[in-house]
Amino acid sequence: MAETIKMTKPLISAEAISKSYFKGQHRIPVLQGAGLKANRGEFISVIGQSGSGKSTLLHVMGLLDSPDIGEVILDGNRIDNLNQSARDQLRNHVFGFIFQFYHLLPELSLLENVMTPLMIRHSIFGYWAKRKEIRDAAMDIINQVGLGHRIKHRPSELSGGEMQRGAIARALVGKPEILLADEPTGNLDAVTGGGIMELLNSLNENQQLTIVMVTHDEAIAAQAHRTVRLAAGRIQLLARDEAA
Amino acid sequence: MYKLLLCVRYLRTRYIALASIISVMLGVATMIVVNSVMAGFTSEMRDRLHNFLADIVIESRTMEGIDHTDRQMAAVEAAAGEYIAAMTPTIDVPGMIMFEDPYNGKTITAQVMIQGIDPESKGHVGPLRDYLGSYNPEIEDGVVIREALRSRSEPLSWELTESATRYRDEMKLQESLEIRSAFEDESPPVKSEEPANGALDESPDFDAVAADTSHTVADQTPLVQDVFLQDSPLNKPESQIQTGAYPARVYLGEGIVSFQAQDPDTGKLHKVMLVQPGDDIILSTVTVGRPPEIVKMNATVVDSFRSGMNEYDTSVVLMNIKELQKNRGMQLDDAITSIHIRLKNYEDAPKAIAALQGAFPPGIVTIKTWEEKQGLLLSAVEVETAILNVLLFLIITVAGFGILAIFYMIVVEKTRDIGILKSLGASSNGVMSIFLYYGLGLGIVGSSAGVVLGLLFVRYINQIEDGLSWVTGRKVFDEKIYYFFEIPTYVNPAMVLSVALGAIGIAVLASILPARRAARLHPVRALRFE
Repeated sequence: MAETIKMTKPLISAEAISKSYFKGQHRIPVLQGAGLKANRGEFISVIGQSGSGKSTLLHVMGLLDSPDIGEVILDGNRIDNLNQSARDQLRNHVFGFIFQFYHLLPELSLLENVMTPLMIRHSIFGYWAKRKEIRDAAMDIINQVGLGHRIKHRPSELSGGEMQRGAIARALVGKPEILLADEPTGNLDAVTGGGIMELLNSLNENQQLTIVMVTHDEAIAAQAHRTVRLAAGRIQLLARDEAA
Repeated sequence: MYKLLLCVRYLRTRYIALASIISVMLGVATMIVVNSVMAGFTSEMRDRLHNFLADIVIESRTMEGIDHTDRQMAAVEAAAGEYIAAMTPTIDVPGMIMFEDPYNGKTITAQVMIQGIDPESKGHVGPLRDYLGSYNPEIEDGVVIREALRSRSEPLSWELTESATRYRDEMKLQESLEIRSAFEDESPPVKSEEPANGALDESPDFDAVAADTSHTVADQTPLVQDVFLQDSPLNKPESQIQTGAYPARVYLGEGIVSFQAQDPDTGKLHKVMLVQPGDDIILSTVTVGRPPEIVKMNATVVDSFRSGMNEYDTSVVLMNIKELQKNRGMQLDDAITSIHIRLKNYEDAPKAIAALQGAFPPGIVTIKTWEEKQGLLLSAVEVETAILNVLLFLIITVAGFGILAIFYMIVVEKTRDIGILKSLGASSNGVMSIFLYYGLGLGIVGSSAGVVLGLLFVRYINQIEDGLSWVTGRKVFDEKIYYFFEIPTYVNPAMVLSVALGAIGIAVLASILPARRAARLHPVRALRFE
């Protein structure tokens, strides 16, 4: 992935995003013209208070939500106005999500959870034809996150840290270009959270994975290349511009 | 792939879904059992109707009948002989029967249909041997209490069986002894007086005849005179007893002269016959004169019959056709009222009827198949079955609403998982198909279980009935009421298949609404759902 070093054009950019929700009759603005650019191989953290709109920004970038105003551009192409099926495809191929509450499917074992994105990608017959490859890919990722001994376990039998590692494995199994992390350490103690951050850092360094992480924890945010501060739906300032 | 995996997992882990599986299963099983039993009863009933009625019946439009049996039969043979396996002449005429209840001495009068038949040719048209008591063993509660009195090879006739002859002999002796003692005591004969007094106010005409009868019998039969002469009447020769029987002989429908009585000790029902083969009865009917006049016939009971159709068994008296002709004044013209025909192949019925309609002018006779004659009853049964099916299918529909409610619940419970799947790139259609597959799987599992349960129930229905009877202490299915020793069932594979498919269809239909709801969930809102 040597070409990713060029960084002439951002891999993904959210431009002047506005988004509001309705609570009954009241319109509640969440994002008011927020923007964010991430270059290939960059690790960006977005920090802000609860309700500052940082999760919404992440969802809009990851096509889980659409902006009221503004554009999301991936590799020079606008993607927020694509049709539903193209958006589904992009979520599956380009983005990997990890969440504060891990969001593993409780009925499936760890291995099955990790394989889910690939099962979604392939039809029943496609899956059947490639089931060995898919399984190998999933096992590979699980071993990378250090859970090789837990593949048969259900999420309820795993610890918080293990669940988050499993969620990271699931996010990565489809070989995404961008990892969107929503408070990945928010529900973990400092030591376990530190382990998760190490994992994200090593993925960023070793595989040049682009990561956009949302957090409210300054110390966690500081581990990224760059921190963007969000308040009241607007970007406040570029906090640092230091290399990792 | 994730769709199948998830719906299989949901089937295995959501025990609430079992509730809907059970309701589908019960609905399907009930439909199969009820349909099989209904079909069994219907085909059994059709068989019995068919057997008693023959394939085609040519019927005179008037009670006077059509003249010249031979010529009519020859005309039938000439017109449609190629289709016909057997035919028999018959006279149908309404009448009254009168007999004495041996338990309380009262005279019983009942309305009957007198059918003049020729047993030999009737036996070729329908299974008359299967109906007659003397050709079949008497079975009560599955135990043979009397062996068949005649062998199956014995020709059908109006002769009394040996035991009937012996019975008649003893009865006549007792009667004559009573009469003699009555004369000696110079008091009125008990046996003949009582019925006359007992039923006087109800129908004086027949009572007079009844009182008259016992005297007539006593006066007319040579047997009685022998009894007066001989000191040891039990040793009298058989030939004299034979002459005692009237020339008019009848087979009585069992239901006319029997009733079900409960044994005070065991509480079991058993059949009580009021008239035995060898007894005498009185029939009255009308002549063919204008206007018809009442004619009275003394007749000896040769046998009782049971066709299995309650309607016939409680109303039909089979009588020898020649005697009926004589009594009704039909013998000069050799007239009959109908011809019963059995075809070689029942499928030829429309052709045979068309041929016969050409041979007989339409104003004189009607020509119908047994189905046309019983059309009302048969279509009533069909309508009944259809309505029952609609009602039972409503049960499965109720199960469908259960599925709908439970699925809605599961969708709500799984809201976050649906959000996760969407964040991983699952399409709305994919999420919808999880729940459609789920409904399909549930329907398949439920209706397969229902089919298995239903078929097992049908297979072991008699054992189940025995068990239920044992538990409740009373007979659930009384063979004496229904005339079946076993519950008849008929499993139609097409019916089983359509019930199962219908149930699966309903399960899928019921899951459409919850599945659409799942598909329309907004991923972000679904993920935030707690």
